[in-house]
Order: sequence, then structure tokens, then C-alpha cells
Amino acid sequence: MAITTTATTEQKKQRTLITPEGISVPVKLASRGSRLGALIIDYIILTAIPIILFLVMAFMVGGFADELDSLNDDGTKGAFEFLVVVLILVYFCSRYGYFLILELGPRGATWGKRMVGVRVAARNGGRLTPEAVVARNIIRDIELFLPLAFIQVAPGGNVGNFGYAGLIWFAIFMLFPFFNKDRLRAGDVIAGTWVVEAPRTKLAQTLSTSGAAAASGASDLTGARYDFGDAELAVYGEHELQVLERVLRDDKNDSLGPVHAAICRKIGWDPGEGDERAFLEAFYAQLRAKLEGDMRFGKRKADKHS
Amino acid sequence: MKAPVLSSWFGKSAVAAPPDIESAALRSDRFRLEREDDWLRLEDIVARMEKGGVKRIDDDDLLALPTLYRTAASSLSVARETSLDAATLSYLEALVQRAWFQVYGPRKGFFAWFKEFILGGWSRAIREIWLDVCIALFVMVAGAIVGWLLVAQDQDWYYRIVSTGGGEPRVPGASREELLETLGTQENADGLAFFGAFLFQNNAGVAILAFALGFAFGIPSLLLLVYNLASLGAMMWVFASRDLHVEFAGWLSIHGTTELFAILLAGAAGLHIGRSMAFPGDKSILDAASAAGRRGAVVMVGVTIMMVMAGLLESYGRELIESTQVRFTIGGSLLVFWLTYFFLYAPERVEE
Repeated sequence: MAITTTATTEQKKQRTLITPEGISVPVKLASRGSRLGALIIDYIILTAIPIILFLVMAFMVGGFADELDSLNDDGTKGAFEFLVVVLILVYFCSRYGYFLILELGPRGATWGKRMVGVRVAARNGGRLTPEAVVARNIIRDIELFLPLAFIQVAPGGNVGNFGYAGLIWFAIFMLFPFFNKDRLRAGDVIAGTWVVEAPRTKLAQTLSTSGAAAASGASDLTGARYDFGDAELAVYGEHELQVLERVLRDDKNDSLGPVHAAICRKIGWDPGEGDERAFLEAFYAQLRAKLEGDMRFGKRKADKHS
Repeated sequence: MKAPVLSSWFGKSAVAAPPDIESAALRSDRFRLEREDDWLRLEDIVARMEKGGVKRIDDDDLLALPTLYRTAASSLSVARETSLDAATLSYLEALVQRAWFQVYGPRKGFFAWFKEFILGGWSRAIREIWLDVCIALFVMVAGAIVGWLLVAQDQDWYYRIVSTGGGEPRVPGASREELLETLGTQENADGLAFFGAFLFQNNAGVAILAFALGFAFGIPSLLLLVYNLASLGAMMWVFASRDLHVEFAGWLSIHGTTELFAILLAGAAGLHIGRSMAFPGDKSILDAASAAGRRGAVVMVGVTIMMVMAGLLESYGRELIESTQVRFTIGGSLLVFWLTYFFLYAPERVEE
């Protein structure tokens, strides 16, 4: 199988897909909560569409029917029956067509899945085939609606042991995603698919092209130049670097002060005031340069403890 | 890329607009600035594909897509080893993933697939599970015979096999007239649409259940087939005991050839999954299950269509057509149609 699991326990959701031409693509499994959320959104949409359709039809036909009611002929009755059958067919088609058409579209996700930012993908790194999408959606009836029906019926005891046996059998289906590490539901197992996060990230600014980071540690504001020695840069690792990156990118000025103070305390500098941003930019650039330099020689420092 | 320039951030790098590669103090940022035009172009192409498919993309972009995708992917693996810029790394990971989904996205939409399904995909899937179809057929015939024999031996069996509500006329010992009445028709088509929809729900439920139960190595699927056909066999005996077997067969055949065929296929599809999980061969169980599941799913789409037809035939056809001969003709010709369509109609697979 073209799947390798990364070993770190903290990143249980991280998976790597190997594409047919050997490129590794990182994917992150969607959480069970977001999948449930997507399902609920989808069913709200699927319930709303027939209701709206019904109301529109009732509105259009209603006035017409009042007029014809006095005539009470068979033609009207037939027409109504026809409309109801059309409505049933529309409901049936929309219930299956919604999932099939949207999951086979270029986004690989229903509207609900798009809203929570997940999508369907083939587990083996290959193409998502129509057969797979059909398979995973046909099984949904069995793992969701039959169990729900049994949950309603079984406690009443009307169907006796059969009800309870059925309840247990279908509960296994329903709780399937909790029993395997890839969070597959039965439909995913059968179809060879899984649901992964589909992040849409914008490319952020480079941090070393502006401010004190680009000016070799010189502050625009004060003209002071921050230059850190090896010993001072050695106290932090990659984790702290990324925290600092987030602080700088967030662009919230009030969070700069405490970070500035903490770093100064750690490296034994006397924290001044008013020039925190330039200090942090310079520290970030020089720490990153050092860590990246070490990286090229195969030396990595995960955090300040290592 | 230039030679290592660690010294440059002590040197003369002037503050300039971000696109200026030389302005970047960090080597990894210069690596990024040299390549980000390609990344942004790829992102743009991918975003347009996500919105409206391949048709919106001009030829130049479409030709560039695989190259840009590979460039971005190799940028990602280099960046992972040389850069600690978390924002750039997560951007690249997301971009490569999105591009991968477009490059390896579904090639066919639902409607294109459905056309292929009608024109050969359906019958191909059924031929692929021929062994399971044979097993399911054998089990169904055996179930019907067992049902018949059990009731013939001891009529109490009938009440155990067939779920009889109060006032059900079709029981052992019923008179010929009572039985004949259950085979009759209605005078007009009132309410038959609802009846048809109800029958469809009911029958599709049985079919889906037969398919779903296949997970437990197919055994529950077979039990379900035996049980359903045993009750049919038992009922057959009741009618035959009053010399009504031809009429009963006609009443059954008008929709039964389609409906029983659909149940047969659903059971076979379930059995196919169960069998491939029990005997996965040289594949892993998950691989075997998903390969079998995809074939089974195609069969099940067909089963749903057959169930719709059977519901219509059962509600309109059976309730309006009284003549046993016409019933036989319709049922028989449908059986011939299905057999021809599934086993003789085998167009070449259209290469994808």
C-alpha cells in the first residue's frame, strides 16, 4: 500500500500519500466532529430543498385547485397524484444525486464538506473513481438510517430480541469510524476512500525582506542594531521559532511586549521599551538563519529542551 | 540559486520591495522568492479548475499544470529540509495537495459515468460477479424448495415462515375463491402511485439489507435470501394446493422477474464483498474489500433502478392487468430483456 504513517504520536492525523509518480503529498485526516458537522449541514440542505419545492408547488397549484374544486372531476385528482409522484422522485434523486454529483465534482466535496473544509480522497493515492463515490454513498443508508430506525424501534421491545440484535449489528456500523485509526466509516472501507482536510492557505509575506530582519538587525525606529551571539541564539529551538513567527505574523502589537520581555530574560539582556518589533524581527531572522544553517548540516533542534 | 550567502545579512542588503530576491536576508526566503511566481500561477490554475472544471483553463495553463505541480512538490520537499518558515511550508503543503487533487481528480462527472454505466458498465459489473450470482441463484432456488417442502410436510410451518397479520387470506386451508381474489385487480388506477412508491421503499429496503449484510462474510445475505424465498415457496404451496399455481406464477411473474432478479443481484453483490473479505487472495483485506465494494456498488445502482421498475410494474401492471397470459408475457419478456442485457450485451470497455 502506498501509505506510510508518520511515527510521532502527537500528529496522529498526519498521513502521507505517495502519488503514482512517487511524490509524497501530506494529508491530514478530517476530524470526526467536522465530518458529523458536514453531514448535518448536508441534511439540512437536503431537507430544505424539497420543503421549498413543496411550498412553491403548493403555492402555484393551490389557487388553481380552489377553482377546480367545485368541478370535482377526475382530471384534477390525477394531476395531483402526478405532482406528488414527481415530488417523491425529485426527493429521491436529490438525496442520492446531491452526494454523487458534488463529490465527483472538482472539489470532491458536498457543500457541507466544503463549509467545514474537508474532502473525499482515494486512499491509495490514485484517482477518485465514480464507482468509489457511488459505493461510499450507498453504504450510508445502512450505517446511518437503518441504525437510527433501530434505535427508535428497539427500546420499545415490540420486535423483541431481533430488535436488539439488529441494534447491536448496526451500532457496529455506525460507530465504525471510532474503531480504526484512519477514521474510516464502513462506506470508506468498501469504497477505498477517506476524508481528509482540504486547507486553502494564502501565501504569507516573507519575513526577512522587511524591517529589522532585512536590515541586518538595524531598527528603523532607533537606528540601534541588534546582533545576537551564538550563545544567545542557542537557547531556543524550532518550536520557539515558530511561536515567534506566529507572533510576528499576527501583527498584534500588544502581544509583542511580553514576548520581548521573555526573550530578554532568557538571554540575559536588559529589556528596553518602544522598539520591541525591531528586536523581535532581528532575533527571528538571526535565530532562523542559525537553525537553518545547522539544518543543512543535518543538525536539528526541535525545541529549547533538546 | 547563488552560492551560500550567509554573510549577506551582515552585508549591504538594502530594504527593497518584497519581490526583490536579493533583499531577503535568509537563504530559505530567497529560495522561496525565486519560485513563488510558479506557485502562485499553479494556485491560480487550480483555483479556476476547482470552480469550473477543465473547460475554463486555456491550453497553455493546462500543459503547464503537471510541470508546475511537480515543481511545487519538489519545492516542498526541499523546503522541508532547508526552511523553518512555517507559513510557507503550510502554504506549500496545501498547494501541493490541492494541485494533486486536480491532477488526479475524478476524470468523469456523474452524468458521464451514468452514461457509461447504462452502456455497458452495469452489465460488465454483473458479469464480473458471475460466481456470486450463481451461488445466490442456487441459494434462492434451494430456499423456495425448502419452503415448499416444509409446508407440504407440516402446515404449521407456514405461520413460522410467512409473517401473517390478522385477516390475511393467504393461509393453508383457504378456499380457492379467497385465494383467487388476492390475485385479482383493482378497477382503476386511484392511489396506485402511492402504492408503487411504498412497494419501492419496501423492496429497495430488502435489497439494500441483502447487500449490507454481506459484510459478515456474506452469510447473513444468504440467510436473508433463503428466508425470503422460503416464504415464497410456502405461499406457492398454498396456491398449488388449490390448483392455482399457474395463476399465482403469473401474478408473481409480472413484477417478480424484475424484483426477484434485483434481490438476487443485491444478495450476490453482498456475497461478493463478504467472499472477497473472507478470501482476499494476495491482496490485503482492505484492498480486497474496496475492489469488491466498488463492483458491488455499481451492481447496487442497477438494483435500485430495477426496484423502481418493479415497483411500477407491481402497482400499476399487476393491479390493472388481470389476464394471466398477459402477465406471463410481460414478466417473461422482461426476464429475457434482463438476461440479454446483462449477459449478451457486452460492448468493448471505453478506455479512460
